Amino acid sequence: MIDNDVLERVLSAGLRTGAEFAEVFASDWRGTSVGLDDGRIEQMSSGRNRGAGIRVINGETTGFAHTADLSEAGLLAAARVAAEAARQGDGGTRVIALSERSTKSVSPIEVDPSGVSKSAKVELLRRVDESARATGGAISQVSAGYSDGRTQIVIANSDGLVARDERIRTLLRVSAVANGDTGMQTGFDSVGHTMGFELFDKVQVEEIARVAAQRAITKLKARPAPSGAMPVVIKAGSGGVLFHEACGHGLEADLVAKGASVYRGKVGELVASPLVTLVDDGTMTHEWGAIAIDDEGHPSQYNVLIENGVLTDYMWDFLRARKEGRRQSGNGRRQSYKDLPMVRMTNTYVLNGHDEPDDIIKDTASGVYVAHLGGGSVNTATGDFVFGMTEAYLIENGEITEPLREGNLIGNGPQVLRDIDRLGNDFAMGNPGTCGKDGQGVPVGDGQPTLRVKSLTIGGTAA
Amino acid sequence: MSSPDRSIELLAIADRVVAMAKPGEQVEAYVSRSLSTDVRVYEGEVEHFVSAQSEGIGIRVIRDGRTGTSYAGTLDPSQIAEVLAEARDNLTYGEVDEWAGLAEPDGVAVVPQTLWDERLEDTSTARKIELAKELERRALAADGRVRVDDSNYSDAFGEAAVATTTGIRVAGRENGCYLSVGTLADDGDETQTGFGFAVGRNTDELDVDKAAREAADRATRLLGATKPKSRRVTVVLDPYVTAQFLGIIGSTLNGESVVKGRSLFANRLGDHVANPLVTLLDDPTNPLAYTATDIDGEGLAARRNVLIDAGRLEMFVQSSYSARRMGVATTGNGVRGGVGGAPSAGCLALQVVPGSRSQAEIVAGIDDGILIQQVQGLHSGVNPVSGDFSTGAAGLLITGGTVGAPVREFTIASTLQKMLLDITEVGGDLEWLPMRATGVSLVIHDVTMSGA
Repeated sequence: MIDNDVLERVLSAGLRTGAEFAEVFASDWRGTSVGLDDGRIEQMSSGRNRGAGIRVINGETTGFAHTADLSEAGLLAAARVAAEAARQGDGGTRVIALSERSTKSVSPIEVDPSGVSKSAKVELLRRVDESARATGGAISQVSAGYSDGRTQIVIANSDGLVARDERIRTLLRVSAVANGDTGMQTGFDSVGHTMGFELFDKVQVEEIARVAAQRAITKLKARPAPSGAMPVVIKAGSGGVLFHEACGHGLEADLVAKGASVYRGKVGELVASPLVTLVDDGTMTHEWGAIAIDDEGHPSQYNVLIENGVLTDYMWDFLRARKEGRRQSGNGRRQSYKDLPMVRMTNTYVLNGHDEPDDIIKDTASGVYVAHLGGGSVNTATGDFVFGMTEAYLIENGEITEPLREGNLIGNGPQVLRDIDRLGNDFAMGNPGTCGKDGQGVPVGDGQPTLRVKSLTIGGTAA
Repeated sequence: MSSPDRSIELLAIADRVVAMAKPGEQVEAYVSRSLSTDVRVYEGEVEHFVSAQSEGIGIRVIRDGRTGTSYAGTLDPSQIAEVLAEARDNLTYGEVDEWAGLAEPDGVAVVPQTLWDERLEDTSTARKIELAKELERRALAADGRVRVDDSNYSDAFGEAAVATTTGIRVAGRENGCYLSVGTLADDGDETQTGFGFAVGRNTDELDVDKAAREAADRATRLLGATKPKSRRVTVVLDPYVTAQFLGIIGSTLNGESVVKGRSLFANRLGDHVANPLVTLLDDPTNPLAYTATDIDGEGLAARRNVLIDAGRLEMFVQSSYSARRMGVATTGNGVRGGVGGAPSAGCLALQVVPGSRSQAEIVAGIDDGILIQQVQGLHSGVNPVSGDFSTGAAGLLITGGTVGAPVREFTIASTLQKMLLDITEVGGDLEWLPMRATGVSLVIHDVTMSGA
């Protein structure tokens, strides 16, 4: 995309005003998406976004500018703006010599989606529509989307690093509406991986469609969710978002540094049930949050955050690691070349426990079984978090009984981590997610085995 | 020093694309360009200073009922030709939709808006940084228990143009500035958070003091909050929360959801869907609205539409597509998500007609209730298709007509259908917030609170 000698001159320009660090992050994204709704392929769309963001760090100040012009002149102009923004004085000229860091892919691609015919992509959605509607006569509407994207990345910095990567993501999502005497209900499912079009040799899109449709149909018979605190069992692969919200964000070193995390100063302490070992793993092959290198050029890592309930470490990006004399952990990520990197999660999951999932349900006299979760959010300073249950059932006398309507669950992160009293042996990853922080979205994955939380507040309307 | 309106250059680019339409094709080109600054201050120092420049073009081609789109984040002429070629190729994969088509000029007069302030262009970098620093200082000074997470100044200058083969040809520009501050308040082991913001067309309009006071107040007022007992209560939504609630109601009232069988309120036109106290309108022509605009995303005149009149459902908002499909006139509510894709129907500037009493007067009449000051998880706990409503919340208990102890970590739940009917009062404290809906105190009874 950009030659090393150009990168070297741009980095030198970035250091002109006396800065100690300059960085170029250039990316070229191309993607295709197709939408089906109301029984027809509505629209195929393709897009391209390329450009470079230039970051200049001077003491406590970061200057940043970006441009869609990848010519040397365009890059130099952006570097001058970034350097000016971080100005501390006249730094003179510093010569940069880049040395290429090889990137080891964590997600090998078999079939590049950009080489697959558009009609093959359209065909997937037709199969989805047919399968969802065939699930039951109550299905009144189906919408589905396919998207793929390929991003080529170059990162170079004044420490001499230059790294390149290519990232491919392929995603399919299905949303169904069921209509009955009780009104309308919706069901959703999706599959997404850092994988090429071979994804659809490995998963049956009909099955994704059927799951989404069945979720909507089941809820037609659902009763209002209960209201109040009670035991909650969360199905394997559906509750990783709980850890993402309940503690993941609170373990991001930038939030910790500003005292905006309940986990500040807690390294080495027991912060969760001893059953819990929590990992953030950017190397997890083909998972949605997998990256070979982070967006600062650092290789992704397997980072243990909580081990047997004890907080072992936070996640780090370049800036926080540098300020605190720590090592980067491969968690410096950004939405696009237009954004500054921050500490972000990749694939965050809880390792297996020893319980049989059926036993966990059997041993729960009454409570709620959550089989699918929607999104969530957290206030990292207080630890209060919510997440939405999109498929849930009552547990009565150790058995899963009636389906429940949708609602939010609310809890406090540190409390909920301590309240996990059963952990299954049936680990699974969940749906692909997009994590939002400070206005930027990045792809993330999550996962966990079936588990029980002693007490969580269910935000329904039934007494 | 003021710059000439260069959105006309963008219109020329759009015109050139439209001129390339082949017989039988409808072509739309949407072209935009923006320049923005973000300054973040922390502990009296500039943490980052971002200077951002973006541009892009989105092209939509329709032929024989088939639609294709394509976009690129550049205005490089060689790329534009590629974007048009891609859109043309993409349409061959779309399926025939008899209602597909671009907007056509409908003769509705544009209500001019002042969306550009030349004074903002003259603002020095030093002044921008100083504003963020001043906001941080004032928030810290407002209360000894307050820390500041970050204090930010942002401004944006945007230009856009849209042209179509159907005769739409508009261009315009808009600018504005924004201050925001995130606060933390500590009391022993406990920490609570708050935020404050100020908006303006130029920096003199930014009320720094109000932003600082609100940020300090929001963080400190929740200190010592406990988890309330589960029960059914009357809730008073703070104006900021009401604005978010109205946004959700607005999303259920669009013609596209109706024609695609996803609206709670399909077949309910003329019915009393809300308490007669409620009159809800979408009025982007009101210059006081933060999202006031002269044209919609398709290039048609924005207009004032009454959606619910004294509780009666009067109309849905429409894009040209949904209007054509429902056999009604468009309401000028085409909303564009960015340069890519086609516009869809959506509300532009919602407002509920205010009542007369202040929040204090309203609270005085409530025996057991909660003043809801913040909500969390509207995106995960509200389903605008089924109407199920459940959200995390925090606020103050109301007992015997007085506001008392803070409460948090609970949810409030009902259904959207029921909540509209259960509104018992609309406050007189209309607040123009930097959102797609205005705020006002709103009283809703019989809401389930889930806590301890």
